[in-house]
Amino acid sequence: MGAKHFGARVTRLEDPALLAGRGRFVDDVKLPGLLHACFVRSPHAHAKLRGCDARAALIMPGVHAVMTADDLPEPMRDTPLPLLLPNPALNVPRTQTALARGEVCYVGQAVAVVVADTRYIAEDAAAALVVHYEVLPAVADCRAAAEDGGPGAHSDLTTNVASTFSLAYGDTDAAFADAAHVFREELWQHRGGGMAIETRAVLAHHEPVSDLLTVWSGTQTPHIGRRMLADLIGRDLQSIRVIAPDVGGGFGPKAIFYPEEAVIPAAALKLGRPVKWIEDRREHFLCATQERDQYWDVAIAVDGEAKILGVRGRMLHDTGAYVPWGIVMPYIAASTVPGPYVVPSYRLETVVVLTNKVPTTPVRGAGRPQAVFAMERLIDRVARELKIDRTEVRRRNLIQPEQMPYEVGLMFRDGKPLVYDSGDYPRGQDKALALAGYDDFRERQEAALEQGRFIGIGLANYVEGTGLGPFEGVTVRVLPSGKVAVATGATSQGQGTRTTLSQIVAEEVGCRLDDVVMTVGDTAAISQGIGAFASRQAVNAGSSAHVAGQAVRQQLIALAARALGVQETDIDLEDGVATAQRGNKPSIAFGDLARLAQGIPGVSLPAGQSAGIEHTAYYTPTQAAYCSGTHVAEVQVDAMTGGVKVLRYTVAHDSGRVINPLIVDGQVQGGVAHGIGNALLEWMQYDANAQPLTTSFADYMLPMATDVPTCAIAHVETVNPLNPLGVKGAGEGGTIPAPAAIVAAVEDALSPFGVRFAEMPLTPERIVATLRAAGAYDRLFAG
Amino acid sequence: MDRRVEPGGDDVGPMKPAPFEYHAPRQLKDAAELLARLPNAKLLAGGQSLVPMMNFRYVIVDHLIDLGGLDELRGTAVVDGALRIGAMTRQRDLEFSPEVARQCPLLAEALRHVGHRQTRNRGTMGGSLAHADPAAELPAVCAAYDATVHALSVRGIRQIAFREFCTGFMATALAPDEMIAAVDLPIWRLGHGHGFHEFARRQGDFAIAGAAALLDVGADNVVRRAALTLFGVAASPLRVEAAEAQLAGKPLDAAAIRAAAAAAWLIAPISDIHAGGEYRRHLAQVLSARALNDAARRAGVEA
Amino acid sequence: MGKQATRVMVNGKSYARVVDARLTLADFLRHELNLTGTHLGCEHGVCGACTVLVDGRTARSCLMFAVQANGCAVTTVEGLAPDGQLSVLQQAFIDNHGLQCGFCTPGMLMTLTELLGDTPEPSEQDVREALTGNLCRCTGYAGIVAAALDAAQRLRGTVAKPGSP
Repeated sequence: MGAKHFGARVTRLEDPALLAGRGRFVDDVKLPGLLHACFVRSPHAHAKLRGCDARAALIMPGVHAVMTADDLPEPMRDTPLPLLLPNPALNVPRTQTALARGEVCYVGQAVAVVVADTRYIAEDAAAALVVHYEVLPAVADCRAAAEDGGPGAHSDLTTNVASTFSLAYGDTDAAFADAAHVFREELWQHRGGGMAIETRAVLAHHEPVSDLLTVWSGTQTPHIGRRMLADLIGRDLQSIRVIAPDVGGGFGPKAIFYPEEAVIPAAALKLGRPVKWIEDRREHFLCATQERDQYWDVAIAVDGEAKILGVRGRMLHDTGAYVPWGIVMPYIAASTVPGPYVVPSYRLETVVVLTNKVPTTPVRGAGRPQAVFAMERLIDRVARELKIDRTEVRRRNLIQPEQMPYEVGLMFRDGKPLVYDSGDYPRGQDKALALAGYDDFRERQEAALEQGRFIGIGLANYVEGTGLGPFEGVTVRVLPSGKVAVATGATSQGQGTRTTLSQIVAEEVGCRLDDVVMTVGDTAAISQGIGAFASRQAVNAGSSAHVAGQAVRQQLIALAARALGVQETDIDLEDGVATAQRGNKPSIAFGDLARLAQGIPGVSLPAGQSAGIEHTAYYTPTQAAYCSGTHVAEVQVDAMTGGVKVLRYTVAHDSGRVINPLIVDGQVQGGVAHGIGNALLEWMQYDANAQPLTTSFADYMLPMATDVPTCAIAHVETVNPLNPLGVKGAGEGGTIPAPAAIVAAVEDALSPFGVRFAEMPLTPERIVATLRAAGAYDRLFAG
Repeated sequence: MDRRVEPGGDDVGPMKPAPFEYHAPRQLKDAAELLARLPNAKLLAGGQSLVPMMNFRYVIVDHLIDLGGLDELRGTAVVDGALRIGAMTRQRDLEFSPEVARQCPLLAEALRHVGHRQTRNRGTMGGSLAHADPAAELPAVCAAYDATVHALSVRGIRQIAFREFCTGFMATALAPDEMIAAVDLPIWRLGHGHGFHEFARRQGDFAIAGAAALLDVGADNVVRRAALTLFGVAASPLRVEAAEAQLAGKPLDAAAIRAAAAAAWLIAPISDIHAGGEYRRHLAQVLSARALNDAARRAGVEA
Repeated sequence: MGKQATRVMVNGKSYARVVDARLTLADFLRHELNLTGTHLGCEHGVCGACTVLVDGRTARSCLMFAVQANGCAVTTVEGLAPDGQLSVLQQAFIDNHGLQCGFCTPGMLMTLTELLGDTPEPSEQDVREALTGNLCRCTGYAGIVAAALDAAQRLRGTVAKPGSP
């Protein structure tokens, strides 16, 4: 493959419109007669619904409707939303209904919707709605909830345990019995959110002449959403079009199908007018799915040389009130633990617990940050106890490149054995350490200490299964204008999907980047689609773009050869023109070829020529594409206040062949910022009654520009042998190891006091309390 | 945005304010008259704390009286040995005011910690004082200077010593018909030292705890006058009189500062989702020491 | 209840409207004037996506009522490239990958336009501090900071044009 577009640091095609304020997000779509919706939500974490009085709301001027579950169409009225990812280990496959029936199980669960002329009036009416609740005991803590005898998160269930499953291979009992050393850690990771700056949004419009229901939704998965909506509303797929226009960040929570995506179309159908709902930020805190929230009790067995013999333990996962994505997240966590290391035996018991909180589903990293935190904290412990450098312990245990493909011994969540396709983990670690200046860090640390500054360094390795199936499709079509139309089921929430796919298509077809006309996130553009999650789009849609582009290239060459009267091997395609490399180099533009390909009405096409110049490819990966990396964090800790500043952050990242380094680096940097938030700032807090406490951006702290350094990023490109582009995903790797590396760095900075940390976020208060318990202030205050 | 009003109750949705009547008086006396006359009225200054609370519908008013058009409430002047700051003077203007930097450098330094440039562009001196957030910087500065608040109403102007101004958690001594017209910060002798330290989780966040110090040190290295104020740790800014008494009249050195900071021991620090009481107690001592050290250094003493 | 006349100059054009007193400036710009480049990310004054210039200074348009802007000159992101030619700062965002989803971007641009106006030679720390009033979840800020420093340099290298960032 040439290198004209693929692999180039191409600036993004998306940028000019977004920079000029000409983006088109859902709330920017204006339709005549548009009405605005506001949801009425449960203020209780757990309660029986005892009726609703809408009279006062309905008589308010400008109010058009108040709908409760009874007002929804069949079968939406009492059918739970579809469970997207069933699993035999899931004992309680419970999802919520679009509007609550009988019982509400988390604060913010939608009970009714008010539709009015403006959002302001809708909110006035929502406040006037009287909902009667009978408050039930709420389940807030998954540790207590996992025990028998406590209150239930759902009143009809006798248990809060939604699932227990075990992932295991090898003989852990023997490994631990024979081990020279066994170390155990108890760890906890917070609950946090995706917190895209654009909240969720739905706009629905039914056009009676064509009987087409169009839904604009700020979703990562429009095709899946259409399928679910069709089932819930009893319409054919063909009569529903879901469009994800510009979407202001996704990060996982927008991959879920939500009640609002069903209720707003139902309201639009009922009222015969377009209806829009824009989630407000507080709703996002209450109702958009969250993540992390796991308790780990894990142990590692090593021999006298720090070689790992086995890892085993138990993990408790708070799944919230429902399981819209089944147990995928704890499953990913459980299967990520061995990571880049040779772990001869492994067993993790996982208990998935229902609580009265908003459900947890994948958020950037999807269970992997927790698993990496567990494994890396264990390895740091080994290093400390055995007095071997942390990098050396890792080196001794890393899977070597010649062991690739490497079979871990587990099944991954894609239903396929966990087999790492490719990678060079030792090289990645060495590259990161060199770039981070690890070798002279001890000197720098001592120099800093002499000035009274506590600096520390930490590292973490990870492997991530990306590019999950089942498929993603791309249609490439040459238009009579000479432009190349590309349609895909892939979506974009900022990842630069449009640019990346354009690069691939332009490379294959031989056109200018500017001549690619891309449609993403529109179910009308391509019949099948999945969407954005699991860092899957470059792998799946990218491969499809490559295959479809190649096919179109062949069609162009065949047509051009016939038109110019030369051999196919004589044809070159460049910048939208087919040129014969013979004689006086006759040429024909793509647009003319597209016209030729339309044929002449009533006249048969020449043998071998198909209609038009177009091809649709659906790449179906055989398994996940395993990306990997090493992160090195350098921090400074103010021991007196507990304040942590990330001074320097280094990433060595293997996402296979890089299609656009500008975009991949941006994904890594953004992912690291999310990881820094997870490590030090973000914490969705609930009280003992499962009332959310941090429901504003003042209380739930996202990292600011002063919290995130510009990362040094190195690429380790090992080509993925399993897809035609050789690529692996890049969207989440920045987040996954960051908390492990940062917490390790804080520990290292405070090594003069010998303190240990086992949680994220690691708050200044926690640091001070730990230092105090270690007697640090007797020394520090005296100094 | 204010973070002190926790969600709860039956409203879990709103993000648009409830309806109200808007008034934009052009004369100070008209504003006072409207405030006296209108039921359930509130004054709108910079709106950086009030409007979020209105958007959340934590605050629902029938009348909003916008002081933005009252130019007579803007500006600074030195009057009778004090820096007088009009209530509607924007924080960003104070931040870059040479007069503030010269006369009340503690205020200048504190302003850098107040929110973000985008909120300081709108936020005002008077608005911050009337809002009386216990973690806010400007009330703490006023406490440090023993400021005087000029409260205006149709009944005239009343002077309130800042010691009496904050009456509790986000509560002030202002009567319902009173508004802040100006605040006077007594100017300390040229050459005095100031120090301001706060600990916030992120740049511009409300402080978990903070300390403001003023030290007037004579040529003989003896402290003539000391003021140490804590904020973020109690319902309102707290003057640490024990520390001030320890410092005053004695030579200033490292041991004196350590002892003064140790006196900043809080009996009942506040505890909330951002930090527990014990942590705030710890921070109060740490930040007191830092603020006093800065003040001493600026007063020409290497403590 | 609460209708009020307001006249606002937006991007050099004067608009007179009678609006609800409670209508925020952000909603006024977006829904009355159809200037949808200004975005709402939190409506409580933290995220900064709705930042605009009011009389030349940055302000959260979610924390102002449209009636408060009576008599004011407001600049929105649409006003940064009125003739379709991107500003130096906007171009620097493209070149330095200063945006991903683009939702926070208009607010970032307004803040940096103000910063480059009052601080022509900002340090990296100056840029980062100014940006603390704007949250971005996608980029990790690196591209935005680089774009601001790049734009500052380009602007210093060219003939200073008032309001050109």
